[in-house]
Amino acid sequence: MLADKDRIFTNLYGFDGADLASARRRGNWDGTKAILERGPEAIVDVMKKSGLRGRGGAGFPTGLKWSFMPKEVKDRPHYLVINADESEPGTCKDRDILRNDPHTLVEGALVASFAMRAHVAYIYVRGEFIREREALQRAVDEAYAAKLIGKNNIHGWDFDLYVHHGAGAYICGEETALLESLEGKKGQPRMKPPFPANMGLYGCPTTVNNVESIAVAPTILRRGAEWFTSIGRPNNTGTKVFCISGHVNKPCNVEEAMGIPLKELIETHAGGVRGGWDNLLAVIPGGASVPLLPKAICDDVLMDFDSLKAVQTGLGTAAVIVMDKSTDVVKAIARLSQFYKHESCGQCTPCREGTGWMWRVMNRLVAGNAAPAEIDLLQEVTKQVEGHTICALGDAAAWPIQGLIRHFRPELERRIAAYNQAAE
Amino acid sequence: MSVRRLHEEQPESFAFSEANLARVEAWIAKFPTGRQASAVISALWIGQEQEGWVTKPMIEEVARLLDMPTIRVLEVATFYTMFHLAPVGKHHVQVCTTTPCWLRGSDEIVKVCKTHISERPGTISEDGLFSWEEVECCGACVNAPVVQIGGDTFEDLTGDKAADIIEALRRGETPKTGSQIGRHSSEPEGGPSTLTKEVQS
Repeated sequence: MLADKDRIFTNLYGFDGADLASARRRGNWDGTKAILERGPEAIVDVMKKSGLRGRGGAGFPTGLKWSFMPKEVKDRPHYLVINADESEPGTCKDRDILRNDPHTLVEGALVASFAMRAHVAYIYVRGEFIREREALQRAVDEAYAAKLIGKNNIHGWDFDLYVHHGAGAYICGEETALLESLEGKKGQPRMKPPFPANMGLYGCPTTVNNVESIAVAPTILRRGAEWFTSIGRPNNTGTKVFCISGHVNKPCNVEEAMGIPLKELIETHAGGVRGGWDNLLAVIPGGASVPLLPKAICDDVLMDFDSLKAVQTGLGTAAVIVMDKSTDVVKAIARLSQFYKHESCGQCTPCREGTGWMWRVMNRLVAGNAAPAEIDLLQEVTKQVEGHTICALGDAAAWPIQGLIRHFRPELERRIAAYNQAAE
Repeated sequence: MSVRRLHEEQPESFAFSEANLARVEAWIAKFPTGRQASAVISALWIGQEQEGWVTKPMIEEVARLLDMPTIRVLEVATFYTMFHLAPVGKHHVQVCTTTPCWLRGSDEIVKVCKTHISERPGTISEDGLFSWEEVECCGACVNAPVVQIGGDTFEDLTGDKAADIIEALRRGETPKTGSQIGRHSSEPEGGPSTLTKEVQS
């Protein structure tokens, strides 16, 4: 188990204050000026060496992303945009950072903006997070009042930080849709290239990072890349906030080391699977978009990007959704199909039409009201959606169904046989 | 995607109150000159707070204020699902029914809304106080099942607890927000397994 001294979010649960004085006591805003004095290149270098991979789902190396920004500011200003549009079903980690440890994020925003030569950053908070947005705004106001950020602040880098918000749209968690939304439009993803580092917010160089990726940066810079890489496994370094929901005795969020065994994570922190480990049916290990894993794989799989990729799923946002043997697993996945149908932005035909089509077939499969050949047909349609859309929402809609067919095909066939038998 | 259209019956006019107009202007000031369209979500949000729902004259007024074509504001109003395009009750109950909440019994919460508010979602209760709808993930999954009413979430619910909350609101009381089983926030029930003493990093 990760030691408390190696935890970055020491107020994850909010037992201590979210205010500036409490945050300082926990070590936030300590030596921030010295970090900035190292210069942008040195900061990006540490972030690269730390091996931090983006915590929003895709796992792209954060330091590398920062290095894509132009090295000089020319005619267009640089922007940092922080993605707090946390909407992936199962995920509620950024919520705790926003409401309980917001100064980790505010400090991270300053450091990251400096490293990317941005004087302005926007934090885009999902519309539903109203209390969380208020808590974050209080932290930002405190930081302004203490001259930690703002014009002529004590850190010597003019920096304005604005809290923005959405109004209910999962798709705005996609970085280019978020930028569209921030510009006052419908949240429909943009084609890439051009990438945001080149043409982002208002056509200016922009980096979009997840809340957790930014909030861990100051601690990594204070404690060093070696400290961060000493936790976890190669290429999957550091700590991660996991969200454990569903059929466990004690659902919770917890910061743990990357690469912790799934079983240990659930048993140590979430009180175990309801009815014991043998009562486990399946786990969705990384938020709604990743394929589920049957118990046999859950027994010894490790929770990191590469281990989960090796078993044809993903770490995603590290939102662990646990299903015990009482679960109607087809219905659980069909409900996710409904989610993606609801949240498709409607821009690309394969996703707009495909999500509805897949949802309707999934609903029939819940009852078994289908022909056996429709399982293969459904699989084929998921492949026609996957990879054929501007953004990854199409993929995200396809993957849970592919996972279900991969691991629970006999259950689908059983339902179809039972339904057809009853109909005869 | 869901099809969302403006309500059939629309008021004659809309104007921001003086205080709310100042709030909209404060939002515009957060963005570079000429980028006032960025304030459109916030302006509609403030308008909705004022009127209870987003009306056609409001959309036109926001378009005028932000110097945007009306169709662009209409697009935004119909795209984002937290904008109510028809009147809702004083307490609008958003019931999360996505898989993590469903696994922990959101069907029970939906039943309670049907009996304590109205049979059909999006219909205002007979006393005019409530309406409800099913929503997609509220982002409080480790405290499932969850409902959101206004800015507050009510977590770790059962059907009975949800009914108690609705009835308390009906009586004009202010029920406790957050976890309904005594959890502080997202820590495991009964106390955290980590961060058990104050830590200095």
